[in-house]
Amino acid sequence: MDEFITMDHGAGGRRTQELIKTLFARSFDMEAPLTDSAIIGFDGGSVAFTTDSYVVDPLFFPGGNIGKLAVCGTVNDLAVSGAVPKYLSASFIIEEGFKLSLLEEIVVSMANEAKNAGVRIVTGDTKVVGRGKCDGIFINTSGTGLIQHDRIHTGKGSRVEPGDMLIVNGPLGNHSVAVLGSRKGLSFTTPVESDCTSLNHIIDSVFRSGARVNFMRDLTRGGLAGVLNELAEITGKAIMIDEGSVPVDDPVRGACEMLGFDPLYLANEGKLLIVTPSNDTDAIIEVLRSFPYGSKAAVIGEVVPGNKHMVVARTVTGGKRIIDVPSGLQLPRIC
Amino acid sequence: MKYIDEFRDKDLLRKVTGQIERSATGTYTFMEVCGGHTASIRRFGIPSLLPSSIKLISGPGCPVCVTGMEYIDRLAAYSLKPDVIIIVFGDLMRIPGSDGISLRKMKQEGADVRIVFSSLDALDAARKNRNKTIIFAGIGFETTAPGTALTIRQAEKENIDNFLVLSAHKLMPPAMETILRQGNGINGFICPGHVSVITGSDAFCFIPEKYGTGCVITGFEPSDILLSVLLLVEQVNNGIPSVRNAYGRAVTRSGNHIAQKAMLDVFSIRDAEWRGLGIIPASGLVPAGRYERFDASAVMPVVVKPSSETPGCICGEILRGINEPSDCKLFATVCTPENPVGACMVSDEGACNAWYKYGEMYG
Repeated sequence: MDEFITMDHGAGGRRTQELIKTLFARSFDMEAPLTDSAIIGFDGGSVAFTTDSYVVDPLFFPGGNIGKLAVCGTVNDLAVSGAVPKYLSASFIIEEGFKLSLLEEIVVSMANEAKNAGVRIVTGDTKVVGRGKCDGIFINTSGTGLIQHDRIHTGKGSRVEPGDMLIVNGPLGNHSVAVLGSRKGLSFTTPVESDCTSLNHIIDSVFRSGARVNFMRDLTRGGLAGVLNELAEITGKAIMIDEGSVPVDDPVRGACEMLGFDPLYLANEGKLLIVTPSNDTDAIIEVLRSFPYGSKAAVIGEVVPGNKHMVVARTVTGGKRIIDVPSGLQLPRIC
Repeated sequence: MKYIDEFRDKDLLRKVTGQIERSATGTYTFMEVCGGHTASIRRFGIPSLLPSSIKLISGPGCPVCVTGMEYIDRLAAYSLKPDVIIIVFGDLMRIPGSDGISLRKMKQEGADVRIVFSSLDALDAARKNRNKTIIFAGIGFETTAPGTALTIRQAEKENIDNFLVLSAHKLMPPAMETILRQGNGINGFICPGHVSVITGSDAFCFIPEKYGTGCVITGFEPSDILLSVLLLVEQVNNGIPSVRNAYGRAVTRSGNHIAQKAMLDVFSIRDAEWRGLGIIPASGLVPAGRYERFDASAVMPVVVKPSSETPGCICGEILRGINEPSDCKLFATVCTPENPVGACMVSDEGACNAWYKYGEMYG
């Protein structure tokens, strides 16, 4: 039987990784590790370069819309790589018949978010396709930023050591649940708002505090579980988290209990994982908590000795369970 | 969070596990027959809290797992018909039918297959697509069957004539009886929480009376499950099997009468095929009488070839509690959540999926 692209190939889990490794990275001769941004060195410095396409359904959701998401997502991919985001491109694929007023609203959100993040949108492209050929509007943004030499390792995790602590900047799962709650055709509503926000300022403050950041990643598709497994794979180390200390807002917990989702696997658009030596934990928590979207920052676990690269959670009951690589799709088209 | 945190309180759990350790003087094998229990047991790492003399095994409690391949083949056949929309609960998308077919694959190849959380959403699709035939895959035990029954009643009330149900709804007590008849050394049942909300605890009285096996109905929080284990251990120790209700906050003796009435009104009880258990008499529900016009298999019959399980797959033995997932040669090698061979790997509630995800092998 012929093989086809499935929704799982775009879910950010095992299938996505397979596709990237066996087709894209191989054909394009890309160098491992494949992180959120490419780091390109040249005389006198380094540049981070990234790109992302946005197909979220619905286009507008509590806490944001596809435009805001398209700016935050790319800004965050640059920032977690240790770069200071500078310039973005914006390309639009728009369906014939799309309301101009909606497009204006989306573009205004993009402009506002770019201003908040301190980046400029400097180039772009517009294509219109026939009715039914795309779902309203799809947006691609690419971005570049300058990266200081002493921050280059943060996306790669090369300095991670056993004993390092894991920190998240706030509660998980809000974006996924907010998008799900606003989707048509599902009889489920929620007061939860997306956490969609640009994290470059908070990240810059963490770096400026002088605390050592051994690894950083935003917790988008695949959620915390996906990033922890990636960390285990690239460092070859074991990771232990304490499930009870992972922050999750009550309405999100309620939705997860009811619908059978695991917050560790849900996508976020304003959350990041920071790995730091234990001495610097307090300093980082203090910086994070001084920002509104870091006020519920928490230490959630640590890198433990042992060469079995796997992720284990101590459950709230005191038992243990494996946190496996996300497989398949918890929710389609959340970003 | 209220109604959750108090049932996960560590001190409370320690008290119960302490009591279990003191009481467990022999060896015990208990079977849970609710997929929700299977998932909770793995998710909270319950086996790592119990003495090794107590073994928990998973029975036929996941509705997706006990659904025969032929059912998927039928849905796949419907999805090829023009102007048909197939509506399912999400888990069904990935269940393998014959020859590697699945609804997910049908969708990739252009079939209109949609996911809902409620059967009422399927009816809504019928209202909005009057020129198409909506086939809702009705699946589940006493928990979801009343919802389908009420949806069919609503369809009749509004005279919606493009809404059909392909029913794989099943009843749990007959399956438990089949397992007891086959004799698998089970010392007690952790009875299904949600099913019992509908049936009431009395529905399980025949088990201790006829087969001398104890039953404890319980909920899905770690303290619920540990309490049921303790009560079952005590029953075995005393030699007095009975039905105990440890889920009093949700379950009564006679259950939800409105739901029971809706089920009996809309469905007739027939023999049904269970994956791994074979044909079980009087264990399936099909729309009948004045509601027969909503039964897809009666109104729009499709012919599919007889199906057979993949060689090596021991889902049947796992559902009967004879084997554990790790006994299967395909487990975690050929059969994974991305590429499920057997139905127990597909659903979050399936025994193999829960073992794979929550890692029994690492304790």
